[in-house]
Amino acid sequence: MSTEGLTTSAYIKHHLQNLTCSIQEGHFHCAHTAEEAKAMGFWAFNVDTLLVSLLLGLMFLFLFSRAAKHISADVPSGMQNFVEWVVEFIDSSVRGSFTGRSTLVAPLALTIFAWIFLMNLMDLVPIDYVSLITQPMGIGHFKLVPTTDPNATIGMAIGVFLLVLFYSIKVKGLGGFVGELTLQPFGKFGLPVNLFLEGVNLIAKPVSLALRLFGNMYAGEMIFILIALMGASWVSFSFASTLLFSSQIILSLGWAIFHILIVTLQAFIFMTLTIVYLDMAHQEHH
Amino acid sequence: MNINATLIGQTIMFALFVWFCMKFVWPPIMAALDARNKRIADGLAAAERGKNDLALAAKRSAELLREAKEKVSEIIALGDKRASEIVEEAKAQAKIEGDRIITAAKAEVEQEVFRAKEQLRTQVSAIALAGAGKILGREIDAKAHNDLLDKLVAEI
Repeated sequence: MSTEGLTTSAYIKHHLQNLTCSIQEGHFHCAHTAEEAKAMGFWAFNVDTLLVSLLLGLMFLFLFSRAAKHISADVPSGMQNFVEWVVEFIDSSVRGSFTGRSTLVAPLALTIFAWIFLMNLMDLVPIDYVSLITQPMGIGHFKLVPTTDPNATIGMAIGVFLLVLFYSIKVKGLGGFVGELTLQPFGKFGLPVNLFLEGVNLIAKPVSLALRLFGNMYAGEMIFILIALMGASWVSFSFASTLLFSSQIILSLGWAIFHILIVTLQAFIFMTLTIVYLDMAHQEHH
Repeated sequence: MNINATLIGQTIMFALFVWFCMKFVWPPIMAALDARNKRIADGLAAAERGKNDLALAAKRSAELLREAKEKVSEIIALGDKRASEIVEEAKAQAKIEGDRIITAAKAEVEQEVFRAKEQLRTQVSAIALAGAGKILGREIDAKAHNDLLDKLVAEI
């Protein structure tokens, strides 16, 4: 970490900046500052988010598909044990919340849980270690935790939202779905009110999914950055500096341990809400 | 923190991961788990069956044992009865045999007696004849008095 010449706010901004890249005039170009990234508009990619989430997703699928390939009904051992434990946990969660029959929901829940868990887990990597690797490679910004990027969480929430829409229409028919949006709770004469209420209800699902995960992870990351700042304000072997440095060690340890809980909990909440939303999509409310 | 095309990429990635998981990860694992569940359930059922069979067999063996005991005591009773019968029979036969021996002995004794009497008679006649000869002092002509003597013998 090189904090020389960096102010505190610059340090925080540096850590909250994604590696945003886009193709401008035929050239692949990455933004160096937040303003530059903003100027790229919508058609830019946060390469760090995409890369890390892709790698973590592939890791999950690689481990699980390898275990699935060698799985047997005999006495399980090692990796198979772990995979079965996870799968049974997900399966019981799905059975508990989802009343319909679907071959999609359980694997969907597993993917969501495992993927988000791994992405959140990146939060436990000490924040300045990343730049130890990326800085020499000439990469200015690199956020290791994809779920602190709203694009990632909104992207997944959109995926879930599309599934909710798809199953609502598939199960209830287009008419049934529209009817659900417009004819309740006040009957056909309160149509505009109904549409407003149910519309908010519907839109709130992906928004709450995306923002809850993003908010939690972003806040957690922010606190890690603030804790890291304590040691960064080292000036000399003075009492104040030593105290701050040692508090950084203690606080980051405490926060990291607490964060293990948040990491798992947020992944679990995202999964459970997805199951519940899909269950609601499968049910008739009338 | 801009909203940009990353979210499209993320959505596509999400869809692909879910599809892969649904296709290649979940079904084989679930199949294996179900197979193991079934195997365990079968095993438990078999154990239960075995236990039932064991209880049944124990009951059956106890019954057989009881039957066998009954039969044995029956056979023993029968044997006892037969033995006493044989003893009785032997006793009866022995009695008959004894009676027969006694009768035969009696007959023989009678015969002996008769024979002795016969002998005695002839000797008595001889003694009487000798006595009479001495008393008369002369030789009695045995031939002349044979008829008389025979009559005497017959009379004794």
